[in-house]
Amino acid sequence: MTSNSDRPPPKTPRSDRSPWNWLLIVPVVIPLLTFLFNRDTPRVAGFPAFYWMQFLFIPLGVACTVIVYRMTRKRG
Amino acid sequence: MSTEHLTEMIIFALLFLLVSGMGFVAARWRRPETMDSLDEWGLGGRNFGSWITWFLIGGDLYTAYTFVAVPALVFGAGAAGFYAVPYTIVVYPLVFLVLIRLWSVSHVHGFVTPADFVRARFGSPTLALAVAVTGIVATMPYIALQLVGIEAVLKAMGVHGHLPIIIAFGILAAYTYQSGLRAPALIAFVKDVLIYLVIIVAVLYIPSKLGGWGNIFDSAQAKFEKTPAPSDGVLLDGTNQLNYAMLALGSALALFLYPHSITGVLASKNRDVIKRNMSALPAYSFVLGLIALLGFMAIAAGVTPVTTDGKPDTNTVVPLLFDQMFPSWFTGVAYAAVGIGALVPAAIMSIAAANLFTRNIYKEYIRRDATEKQEATVSKLVSLVVKVGAVACILLLDPEFSIDLQLIGGVIILQTLPAVALGLVTRWFHRGALVAGWAAGLLTGLWMLYQIPNPAKGKEHFGGSAYKLSELGLDTKMTVYVGVLALTVNLVVAVAGTFVCRAAKLADGPDATRPDDYTADEGDPKVKEMELSGST
Repeated sequence: MTSNSDRPPPKTPRSDRSPWNWLLIVPVVIPLLTFLFNRDTPRVAGFPAFYWMQFLFIPLGVACTVIVYRMTRKRG
Repeated sequence: MSTEHLTEMIIFALLFLLVSGMGFVAARWRRPETMDSLDEWGLGGRNFGSWITWFLIGGDLYTAYTFVAVPALVFGAGAAGFYAVPYTIVVYPLVFLVLIRLWSVSHVHGFVTPADFVRARFGSPTLALAVAVTGIVATMPYIALQLVGIEAVLKAMGVHGHLPIIIAFGILAAYTYQSGLRAPALIAFVKDVLIYLVIIVAVLYIPSKLGGWGNIFDSAQAKFEKTPAPSDGVLLDGTNQLNYAMLALGSALALFLYPHSITGVLASKNRDVIKRNMSALPAYSFVLGLIALLGFMAIAAGVTPVTTDGKPDTNTVVPLLFDQMFPSWFTGVAYAAVGIGALVPAAIMSIAAANLFTRNIYKEYIRRDATEKQEATVSKLVSLVVKVGAVACILLLDPEFSIDLQLIGGVIILQTLPAVALGLVTRWFHRGALVAGWAAGLLTGLWMLYQIPNPAKGKEHFGGSAYKLSELGLDTKMTVYVGVLALTVNLVVAVAGTFVCRAAKLADGPDATRPDDYTADEGDPKVKEMELSGST
């Protein structure tokens, strides 16, 4: 393990903090709320709502993580 | 062995040999100067970009056992088995911010395992040992389950007995020994191409032969209505909804605590690779969801599982469905996809377990001055031992018992969450309190799992992971995932213990990390420094 004392502190302290991070809560919480999707109707292409709605949460999760990634990316 | 499955067997064997050859060649892929260090052998040079990482982590998390067991669960219980989908949706946003911190601090300090991090963060060899042993114990049955996946395919081809498994694992052990993490990284490409191909064909072709999706769901519902169990069906009922959500959440929390998932993360070359993967990996969830639905297709197609020793083995329903629906050459491709799907994670898991042993037991307790080369040699040898152990699990124990062990594995790996995951965010906890919380969580988890019977399988103990809340005196029929309850106990003890340790002025360990270590990235002088300083 490298020792701490012989390293100078960095010039500008970096941080991963960003208000955009709050968006990550959406795809974590929604797929766990079973009462939202635990139903048979409306069916789409034969799929009960329980199934097609959970498939729909996948693009929701992707969208939220992509937005957070793009908005918090370090430039330069 | 019958000639009836000859075409399938030939295709299966050819593809299997192809990837084995790739496994050996992988040592020369991306040309390392030497394989005599853990950074090269165990982490592929810590230099994998977005694509390789995507295949590697995906190949690692979505295992042959998942492809076989998740649809088997859906076949048997219906909606409750579909938890794998929300589980793999919630996991990535959940770990997004934590994993990049783990990557940074690991690159600054040269950590190879989660226990390395815990050792430095809390200055406690005991806590690190607890994390390392938990990781090894949880990983072993997971590797054994990959064998269960291959066995299911072989059974469906009419091949019984253990010899083919021993040969397959012998080959796997040889190329992992030689090529390290490069072997599964390279093979993961083939595995995923085959799996995507098979699944796309399956979901387009099979429903058309079974009268469409509507008919598939209706015939599944008709089957579940005839069974005596109240909680099965195409939808969840009142008793297992909470368990569904908690199982998805608990499994998600556990996923990146497994040492093999962390191996994939640490092998990537910078933080952006990890962030991009957290948004790209859910593509696998889509495939997983479709695979889960194969369980319903098997019901609609009237598949009867292969019976071994008088017990129906539901793990065989998906291989049998393929056999029934596809021409035999394509069934061979599908079986190869499952078989190769077992090799990739088994290789990564054995590497991760070997690294834990080397770094946190061998180097900490047996040989403190081990050189990089000695570390790599020990890891290579231990990776062989781990695979022999996994094969022994299958040969000597009832495979059913390996499934129990995997169930326990998920619950116990969760108990490393406060030290590893919360440790990445805060240094508030006292090392003594974390050890106490870990022990309390383990005991509670094991005790609860022991209490759960499974009447359907004729088992009195370790029959599942859904704990009845009525056992705790609550007036409800609801069940909840044992892992989450045990983790709650762990956290309560860790928080209370920290206050007690502080009040008693017990000595706490030093923190060898600094706040800015957690945000370091590729190209930073500190990250370079680690590479120059070499052995730590």
